[in-house]
Order: sequence, then C-alpha cells, then structure tokens
Amino acid sequence: MNNQTDNKSYLEQSDEVRARFDRIRERKVILEARHLGKSYTSQQGNVEALRDINFKIHRREFICVVGPSGCGKSTLARTLAGLDQHSSGEMLIDDKPVNGPGQDRGMVFQGYSLFPWLTIKKNVMFGPRMNGSCHDEAERDALLWLELVGLSKFANAYPHQLSGGMRQRVAIARALVNQPRILLMDEPFGALDAQTRIKMQTHLLDIWRNVDITIVFITHDLDEAIFLADRILVLKANPGEVQEMIEVPVPRPRSPAQFGSPEFRATKHRLEELIHPYEPAEEEDEEEKAIKPHLMRFTHVTDNVE
Amino acid sequence: MNFASGKNSFSLAKYLQTHRQALLVLSSFLLPLLLWSAVSYLPFIWHPKMLVSDPGGVDYFHAGMLVDKSLFKDETANMQEQHLSPPQGEPANPIYLPAPHQVAKAFYTAFTKPPEQKDMPWLHESLWHSITIIFWGFVLSSVVGVPLGVLSGASSTMSRLSEPFIEFFRYLPAPAFGALAVAVLGIYDSPKIAIIVIGTLFQQILIVANTTRKLDPTIVEAALTLGTSRLRLLTHVIVPGILPDLYRDQRILLGWAWTYLIVAELIGTSSGITLFITQQARYQHFDNVYAAIMMIGIIGFGTDILLGRLGRRLFPWDKSQKKE
Repeated sequence: MNNQTDNKSYLEQSDEVRARFDRIRERKVILEARHLGKSYTSQQGNVEALRDINFKIHRREFICVVGPSGCGKSTLARTLAGLDQHSSGEMLIDDKPVNGPGQDRGMVFQGYSLFPWLTIKKNVMFGPRMNGSCHDEAERDALLWLELVGLSKFANAYPHQLSGGMRQRVAIARALVNQPRILLMDEPFGALDAQTRIKMQTHLLDIWRNVDITIVFITHDLDEAIFLADRILVLKANPGEVQEMIEVPVPRPRSPAQFGSPEFRATKHRLEELIHPYEPAEEEDEEEKAIKPHLMRFTHVTDNVE
Repeated sequence: MNFASGKNSFSLAKYLQTHRQALLVLSSFLLPLLLWSAVSYLPFIWHPKMLVSDPGGVDYFHAGMLVDKSLFKDETANMQEQHLSPPQGEPANPIYLPAPHQVAKAFYTAFTKPPEQKDMPWLHESLWHSITIIFWGFVLSSVVGVPLGVLSGASSTMSRLSEPFIEFFRYLPAPAFGALAVAVLGIYDSPKIAIIVIGTLFQQILIVANTTRKLDPTIVEAALTLGTSRLRLLTHVIVPGILPDLYRDQRILLGWAWTYLIVAELIGTSSGITLFITQQARYQHFDNVYAAIMMIGIIGFGTDILLGRLGRRLFPWDKSQKKE
C-alpha cells in the first residue's frame, strides 16, 4: 500500500468542493430523521433494527447509505418509503411529519419490481393513473420519461423481454414520472454485472443533474457510494446506528477516471476502516459462528494446484 | 469460439428434441393401447373364459355362452366319458373386458344408432347434460370461491377469519351431503350441482388464497410507493398479478369438478353420463360403458389442452406457461 504517498485525509476538501458543500447547506432541508428507531419482534425476540437515527438531507443532494450486512440499510430505505412503520422518533419531509407510503417518495428496488402484465409504457403510466391523471396525460408523461431513460423504442415491450439494466431504467422512469421529492433506491444495481452497473451509475448521475430530485441510495459497494454521493451515511450493525456522515471530497462532475484519485482513495480507506475494522477473533458475528466449514481433502496428496 | 456451428447444432438438437417429445407423447397413449390389444387379441396372455360355439351334449350350455375354462374342461371330460359329443368353443376374455375394436365400434354406433332402450337418451345427450351440470357447478363455485380466495390471500384478517373453518369443511366428503342436498334442493339437477360446488368450493378458496399469497411482495410494495390505494391495489395489482396462476388453478379445479360428477349424478334421479353408464352396464353392454368413460376422458383432456393454448394467448407475459 502506498499510504506514504496519499495519506491525504478524507476530511481535506479542495476550495471548490468546500464551496459546493457550503452551497448545499444553504439549501432547504427536504428530509429529516429525528431519533428514528425501528424494532420488531421475531422468533429470536425483540430485534432493534434501527436506533436513534438522525440526519438532515438538503434539496437535490445525493446521499448514499453504506454499512456492514445486517446494519439495517434496507430497513432504513423501507422505513423512509413508508413500507415499514418506524417505532420511535419521526421523519419529516419539508418539515412535515409523514407516515406510510406516499407520492412524495419514489422507490427503486433491487429485485425486478416492474408489473409483468403491463407493457413498459403502461408500467410508467401506472403511477400517474393511480394518482388521478387521465390516460392521455399519463401516456404523454410516460413517453417523455421513457425518452429520458433512452427506452422509447421499447414502449410496447413487456418487462421480461428487457435486460436487467433496461428494467432498472424503466423502474427509475416509473418512480420519477410521479414527480416525487425524494427517490429512494435500495441497491438498485446490485443484481447487474459490473459493466452495466458502471453505465447505470453514470446514467443515474445524468438524470440527477437534470431533474429536481433528492436521492437516497442504499448500496454495499463502497466504490459506487463514493462515485455517486455528495455525502455518505455510514451505519453500523446491531443495532443500526449512524456511525458517521462523510462529505465526499471527490470533485464533481464525476467520471470513472477518478477512481484512483487521492481523494477517492482516502474516502474509501476511511469507509473500510469504519465498516471492516480489524476485529479480535471472538467478535465474529453470529452467522460466522454458526457456519464453520470443515474442509476435507478430496484429491490425491500429490495432486497440488498451488 | 465458433458461434455459427454452435447455433446450428443447437437448432438440430432442438429439432430432435421436439420430435422426441412428440414421439413420447404419442407413446404415452400407444403403450396402454398396445397392452390392451395384447390382452384382447393374444389368447395365451389371459383369456380365462371359453365362448361356447356348440354346446354338444351339455344340456345347460348354449351357443354364445361364456363359461370358466375349468368348467369347460370338466364338461368336455364328462361328455367323453358318456360318449356324447363334447362342447366346442374358443378362449375368450370376461364380458367386462371388450376388445379395442368393439369399443371403437360402440363409440361410433353410440352417435349413429338410436339407443336400444326406447326412453334412454343418446350418448351425446347424456354427455351434454353432464357438461351443463359441471358448468353450473364450477361457475357457481368460482363466483364465490375466487373472490373469497383472493381476499383471504390478500388480507391476513380475512384469512384468519375464513380459513380455519374452510380447512375443516374441506375434509367433509362432498357425497356425504347428498341426502341433505336432495332434501333441500329436490331430486333433479340442483342437488347434483350442489355436490359439485361443495366438492370444489372449499379447495378452490384455499388454493386461490395460496396463489394470491405467492405474489411477489416487491410488486405490491412498488405499487404502494407509487401511490396506489388499498382498493386499487386489489383490482389493479393483485388480481392482474396472479391472473396467469389463477387461470392455471382453475384448470386444475375444473378437473376436480369432473371427478365429483359421477357421484353427483347418482344423487336424486340418476342422470347424464352416469345414467348412461349404469344402464349400459346393467344390460352388460360393456363396450358402451368403455366408450362413455373414454368420452369423459377425451372431453376433459381436450378442454384442458384448449384452455392451456388459450392461456398462452391471454397471458403473453407469463414465463412459466411457455415451458409447457
């Protein structure tokens, strides 16, 4: 590791980046979590998935949420979407407390959530139709958003005829056509191959730049988080708590060329420190304790591969 | 990599595959027919009886009579002892196992020649009567069962309220309600339809509820985040989402309705295909009995194939149906 050459701190920001964060802070707070907590009872008893989550997100910010597995990232997204009920604290959108799902928060899921019985166009029209738009109006909006995600040609195809990346584009269009204030994305590119994922990330940044939308993006991919986010919310597991809110010092506009830049590496180093600290052996999590592989040799002793 | 040759060999494999499949489908019907023919036409396989052509000296034999082989042998020995002419005959199967060609002939004559008994209905009239019973039984069951099943699957309150009782009720055998159905609904078609409803409905509710529960929750959640109201969630997401599976369930349940038909038709005044079968069996026209039973099979299997084809047209997005 060349820690000597780039022991630049993730806290160091160039003047340009600092000025940008100052501007962001001046914007209106659009989403605020105050002592947000979520616990539920399972067979193992009471589980506290989220505890005392506090953050403020400003208009048109791009926030990524990362954390070790089981830290409640997805629970946080589902709670913000209103699909799961929070058990304590409150959640404010434009300073008003919200409960349950609503048109002001759109969501893109990891799995394919398109309606398989509807064509691509009708999938995108679904939201406006449910919210009282007439057919023609909904169709016009749907075609506009399909154009934006580059899928006009597939308007009359069914979801199963599209590739994984294309389906997620449709899911994004379907969420955005409703003109939500906040777009929640729960590992939306998790099931895509590496190349498609990079393309989708760049595409998402393009959309975000051109649309009045605030994005909360859940991911387990640290590179993805740094590449996309203004700020990264780092959670820790058992219970899910906010560990740190990191301001990403990598300047915008972002490009895949920045993956090797000192700011990028410093941020990644910090994230790795937070998420995978060197743990003493007895602090294995429960899953690892339960699964102990016992390797036997199935080949002849002289048949070595290394 | 050589894609062209890979593709060619793939399509050839596919071609062989489809031919192999067609051959297997054909064989699955031909093999039982072959077995039946072997038993019917090869005397050494079974043929436990003797068909008497000339009674000889045996006073109680007459031409056309079927007797056990052992009896025939004893009487032949008897006649030889008494120096009378022995009976003549050939090996035959019991009356209840007609040969394929006899059944085929009965199948044809059932539609062309009027029935021997004057007041008896034709085979096609009996069949049509049975089909109307099945139709109304299944429609009535579905009108209640499908909505109730979908509601039970969609709402846990509904499920807990209805399913324990239905689970209990479905173990009560439908024919047990026969006498009750006659007392309440009379002796004609209504009690028969009622038995089919009782036999189908309770299974239907549980199966449809289970199908509804298997709908991918992500789809429902996606609809919720798009601002769908509870009522519209049911009509615009859950129902269309389960439709291909619901259709498949209905096809299977229709098959079950057919299995209740024979019992149902024995209730009150016997009617339909059951009346035809019991009458023909009484007069020992077993070729007609087999023809009627096969007709049920052909109608059931035929409708299922047609409904399967229709399903593929109706639900072009359904992946699981393409595999059929």
